Amino acid sequence: MPLSSKIPSGPLESKWKDYKSTCKLVNPANKRQLEIIVVGTGLAGASAAASLGEMGYKVKAFCFQDSPRRAHSIAAQGGINAAKNYQNDGDSTYRLFYDTIKGGDYRAREGNVYRLAEVSANIIDQCVAQGVPFAREYGGLLSNRSFGGTQVQRTFYAAGQTGQQLLIGAYQGLERQVSLGNVEMYSRHEMLEVVKIDGKARGIIARNLVTGELERHFGHAVLLCTGGYGNVFYLSTNAMGSNVTAAWKAHKQGAYFGNPCFTQIHPTCIPVSGDHQSKLTLMSESLRNDGRIWVPKKQGDNRKPTDIPEEERDYYLERRYPAFGNLVPRDVASRAAKERCDAGYGVGSSKMAVYLDFQSAIMRYGKVEAHKQGHSGADNATIYKLGKDVVKEKYGNLFDMYAKITGENPYEVPMRIYPAVHYTMGGLWVDYELMTNVPNLYCLGEANFSDHGANRLGASALMQGLADGYFVIPYTLGNNLADDIRTKAIPTDHPAFVAAEKEVNDRITRMMNIKGKESVESFHKRLGKIMWDKCGMGRNAKGLTEAIAEIKALRKEFWSNVRIPGEIKEFNPELDKAGRVADFLELGELMCIDALNRNESCGGHFREESQTEDGEALRDDENYMYVAAWEYKGDSQYELHKESLDYEVVHPSARSYK
Amino acid sequence: MEHYNMNLTLKVWRQKSANFKGHFETFKVAGISSEMSFLEMFDVLNEQLVAEGKEPIAFDHDCREGICGMCSMYINGRAHGPWEQTTTCQLHMREYKDGDTIVVEPWRANSFPVIRDLVVDRSSFDRIIGAGGYISVNTGNAQDANALPIDKQKADESFAAATCIGCGACVAACPNTSAMLFVSAKVSHLALLPQGDPERNTRAVNMINQMDAEGFGSCTNIGACEAECPKGISLENIARLNREYIGAVFSGSGESKS
Repeated sequence: MPLSSKIPSGPLESKWKDYKSTCKLVNPANKRQLEIIVVGTGLAGASAAASLGEMGYKVKAFCFQDSPRRAHSIAAQGGINAAKNYQNDGDSTYRLFYDTIKGGDYRAREGNVYRLAEVSANIIDQCVAQGVPFAREYGGLLSNRSFGGTQVQRTFYAAGQTGQQLLIGAYQGLERQVSLGNVEMYSRHEMLEVVKIDGKARGIIARNLVTGELERHFGHAVLLCTGGYGNVFYLSTNAMGSNVTAAWKAHKQGAYFGNPCFTQIHPTCIPVSGDHQSKLTLMSESLRNDGRIWVPKKQGDNRKPTDIPEEERDYYLERRYPAFGNLVPRDVASRAAKERCDAGYGVGSSKMAVYLDFQSAIMRYGKVEAHKQGHSGADNATIYKLGKDVVKEKYGNLFDMYAKITGENPYEVPMRIYPAVHYTMGGLWVDYELMTNVPNLYCLGEANFSDHGANRLGASALMQGLADGYFVIPYTLGNNLADDIRTKAIPTDHPAFVAAEKEVNDRITRMMNIKGKESVESFHKRLGKIMWDKCGMGRNAKGLTEAIAEIKALRKEFWSNVRIPGEIKEFNPELDKAGRVADFLELGELMCIDALNRNESCGGHFREESQTEDGEALRDDENYMYVAAWEYKGDSQYELHKESLDYEVVHPSARSYK
Repeated sequence: MEHYNMNLTLKVWRQKSANFKGHFETFKVAGISSEMSFLEMFDVLNEQLVAEGKEPIAFDHDCREGICGMCSMYINGRAHGPWEQTTTCQLHMREYKDGDTIVVEPWRANSFPVIRDLVVDRSSFDRIIGAGGYISVNTGNAQDANALPIDKQKADESFAAATCIGCGACVAACPNTSAMLFVSAKVSHLALLPQGDPERNTRAVNMINQMDAEGFGSCTNIGACEAECPKGISLENIARLNREYIGAVFSGSGESKS
């Protein structure tokens, strides 16, 4: 099947406006007859479910957590971008579009990214109207800060808890629709299959995680808003339950998987402390507004950081990238940290960490505060105290979190940080309308591949999740369902539902009957290690080829030796986890296949064979200016479809932050 | 930080489901690192149980960075354990020393029935939010965000209330199992903002009515909720909720929607 992105024709800046003015609509009486399934209740899912419920559709929303409010969007810290230009620093829709395209290393669609930049301003308006308490200045207006890969201040934030505040806003809207009866909420439910009838997605099989029972649910359309798959690496900043299962089941039902190898490794996370580690914790990119990253100039320097004088510190990001300094994009900052540690300059007991230091920011803010309060001759101790209060207001919750995890006080000693898996730019392939190549199956938010190319800029994930849910899907869904108003709800005793449920039931039974020796957790850890070592920050053909063989072998072992305690028809978290790990064991292989195919470096995908003399990523636009959309053809069989990327407005060039 | 290992005795609540009677079961864990989180210590125990062919302990957890509100253990008689303003997942084992015994229970409240072991059903909180914990604004109608300046202090106070993670520690800590801190945090978040003003009366009344319908107890100003809240939500919010509620009832405009 040829891939059509369905980007509307016409000039970039009028594509979305024209689409909105000409797309088909569904009248209110017909909306009441149309049932929509939304899987996942993070920013994309909650905003979509709430908006579609308000519009009059009959919505069913599903999440595996005990409440929709706990989806992992809640943990996003730093902020959300919007081209408001409130700071009068030259921002515009075009500039946000351009920064995002460039930040993604020219591997995203112009049309999608421009639309994202265009609706970004509406998101802020919508959230403020809902009562999201963004940070404000004394004049009562909204405050902004900077994020990586940009030279303007366009990031809106609520301390280090922006994701929480945005999700609670969407969640409240969702609960309002639940209480009005427009949305039916299914918490502690996990989607385990897409049901297709006449080639269209018409429902799902979900498992009630409390009783273990399988349920059939019909929908005229199914929206997957199920987040990213970073947990394939075992250790990541994702929540413990974050998984690829819904997207993977859709993939096996025919939905193409776009750019699976595009993974974001975030530069500033708390380093691994031992084998017991279950997850990694992010320290927001916003900290790079004020924190300076450095390592000692001398290899293996074991002095305490506070004993190392200024002239013996290497502020390597400021040295290598003077134009953007500590605010280079994430992929660049992560590789630079790895380079220093690999070269023997790392710090801390593992030597796999660099410093993130706030001393100069504390003193700088302290001086401003001292002036404000009229103590122009204040001593250093007073300045320090005043500055510390400012830093505390900006980042207090992050500093507290760091102190609880490490037992160290980051106001006194620099934070130790190291890159960790954070986000996946890859995901289900979707067209401009957010529909996968399976009709009536949509994918929103991090779960799709669409807007961030090969590297996402900070504060853009929240923007995309809410753009998709609040401002895109309400139009594009109607455009398609307008042709479906004569389709009556299909009873769930239809053979397709029966067969899908049997398929799921057989798979679970087979897994439970293995009764092997090794725990699910242990398989997950082993998979994570293969992925991190061979499909992580640096990738090469040899390692990827080995990884593919190792993953296949591990998968075989899983299906013959996994031990899952308990029963099927009960609350059984080990069984839930086993299903997710089984899917990761398939996805991991596809990620390596994709990484092996893409013999160029772009964004977060760094092929060691493809770099410049000074170690920067080297793109190959001649051969790889395309979206790799993989079709599932059976066990370990994938067919590559290429969607070529046509740049009409931006001229791709070597991405430089020097 | 000095790192050390320890051996511990755990007394953990086991309960097959809401329909079964529960009991304490004692476990030994060895070689626990002081750098582990409390839940990582439970991971070690569960791996041990799986290896022994026993059923692992069910407990709720997800983000493991103190923000999703899913984790919910009652540790040695305290909701989320001994550290101030800390969720269970952020409690670390350097709090404990070799040979310690730790007692772990689920949240105990009639409105939070046990699902299994340490896992409880907190859907009553969602229904309270659905009763009025929102601003009724549909997507796509909003004016420019800066058209409505908001006093910074008010905005900051609103944010402080809005940091509630809905974990239910306030209910678990309260001898009356009252949900007033949770309800008051939401009412305060919205009442402190001009956008929340039009619905302030119905919101307070409807949320309180729902809270009562869910069977939560009354507030008698004990303050255990504030002491155990992992986000430091202040008791002042309860005072504000009482003012909102009384104001609504006396003005006669706080009609319940039912």
